[in-house]
Amino acid sequence: MTDPVLRVENLSKLFGGLAAVNNVSLELHLGQVHAVIGPNGAGKSTLTNLISGELMPTSGSIRYLAHGEGEFELAGLSSDRISRLGIGRSFQKTNIFLPFTAFENCRLAAQSRLQRAWRIFRGASRYADVNVIAEQSLQAAGLSERGEVVAAMLSHGEQRQLEIAMCLATQPRILLMDEPLAGMGPQESLRIVALIRQLAAEHAILLIEHDMDAVFAVAHCLTVMVNGEVIESGTPQAVRASAQVQQAYLGDAHGDTHG
Amino acid sequence: MRSKLTPLLLLVAVVLLAAFPFVGEKFYIQLIAKVMIMAIFAMSLDLLVGYTGLVSLGHAAFFGLAGYVLAKAAPQYAAANLWTTLPLALGACAVFALLTGFLVLRTSGIYFIMVTLAFSQMLFFVFHDTPFGGGSDGIYIYAKPEIKIGATALLDLEDFKVLYWFILGLMTLVYLFLRQVLDSNFGRALIGIKTNEHRLRALGFSTFRYKLASYMLSGMLAGLAGYLAALQFGFVNPEILSWHVSGSVLMMVILGGMGSLHGAALGAFVFILLQETLSNQSWFGPIAKHWQLAMGIFIIAVALLLPHGLVGLGSTLGNRHKETGGHD
Repeated sequence: MTDPVLRVENLSKLFGGLAAVNNVSLELHLGQVHAVIGPNGAGKSTLTNLISGELMPTSGSIRYLAHGEGEFELAGLSSDRISRLGIGRSFQKTNIFLPFTAFENCRLAAQSRLQRAWRIFRGASRYADVNVIAEQSLQAAGLSERGEVVAAMLSHGEQRQLEIAMCLATQPRILLMDEPLAGMGPQESLRIVALIRQLAAEHAILLIEHDMDAVFAVAHCLTVMVNGEVIESGTPQAVRASAQVQQAYLGDAHGDTHG
Repeated sequence: MRSKLTPLLLLVAVVLLAAFPFVGEKFYIQLIAKVMIMAIFAMSLDLLVGYTGLVSLGHAAFFGLAGYVLAKAAPQYAAANLWTTLPLALGACAVFALLTGFLVLRTSGIYFIMVTLAFSQMLFFVFHDTPFGGGSDGIYIYAKPEIKIGATALLDLEDFKVLYWFILGLMTLVYLFLRQVLDSNFGRALIGIKTNEHRLRALGFSTFRYKLASYMLSGMLAGLAGYLAALQFGFVNPEILSWHVSGSVLMMVILGGMGSLHGAALGAFVFILLQETLSNQSWFGPIAKHWQLAMGIFIIAVALLLPHGLVGLGSTLGNRHKETGGHD
């Protein structure tokens, strides 16, 4: 197995006395989907927010092996810095620019990678490479026909797709996907699952998802969290067989598939 | 609120404004010149309020500071040089924006309003209460600055018509400049900050830098307006730094339509012309001195009935029409 591109070690986040994330360790590898599952309140989103820099960890480390640039400690860096290092995220609650068109949402995301963002005498739409990336991202997420539609007018499922397209437009190496399928129709879900599998070839993906069919379809590695702690981690087969997991989560998961 | 007609209408407006000195009386030419200065001021604030989403109640600080820089830099009875005093005034505004920006931009919303107000009030008292600032009596600027290349004067700003066209030219330039800025990557990022700053940061934008740049640019353009105002009136006093001025320019922007450059300019025209009309004693007699009451009612009416300001009049009516027509 290759060296991990991201290594989370003993990561904890305390909110007052509550340990939302308690001593969590996991690794992400290029070419792999690492799924994190667990009941609501298990700390999955908090974990994502710690890695993406939205929240500061209380303790522990997040080591990122950048391409040819050595290792970075992400704990303590701001979210924009982490994003520029090549770690993109999509949000569980759709978080887009509602007044902009779908294309402009992606164009703005792609623009974040430009070195010369400060040239005020050049029109924003005149950067051909940025436009191409925005167009490709829309296409990958299945929105190429909807580029000129204002984001607020898109259906809920389409807004979820746009959320992913924007993340792709920043051209990350690591993707943190927080419940990408939540609120999507079956058709779009299949498309996104296929997209995740395709992206996995060149990215390292952290996938948080309640849809177990999707998780078992794409995940190479599975971590189960309950009450902020990791109770099991391993291959999907091993996790599925674990008695502890069945008792704590999968056993009573039938009614608990909503975000 | 930009329709295809907008550029044409704006062009017509500029042509009409340019032709006005040929037919207007001196009083009105000077009044419209003053209005155009306030239009620059309002557009500068709109960059911050309408496009970056930062509501400032301290924009008079830049307006007044630039005026005071001109007054202090000008020789007592001779003309100042515009080539040196204008950059000096704008530079002072940039430095003031940089220093205060590091503090005020750490806040947002109501706190941003309070902190910008606090800084402008501090500046007010610096000029009001120190011998350096000339106190509440203010400072006269006896001669208009000169625009020379070598020994030849390019424009004679003492001529009120030349001054009018000079101001019109600058207002047009400021509009075109801001239009370009807003269409650039930088401008798109500012609008992104206003819309969803959290998401923009997650996409990798260092939003603080963008906000600081916007705050400085906005402050410098407000400084340009303040410089021109001091130049036109030939006088500065601490009142130009007061929160009344900050409040008035904010009302102009809201009146005209936040997030629309020509809306802000329109707001300045309507606000000042309405103020002049309502406070005209020969028309309104004893109630003229209560003009602020009528102005207040007008602003409340616009705020209630036109959510996008005067510039959104057309689209607001259009939507009403659609709603009654049964569409969503």
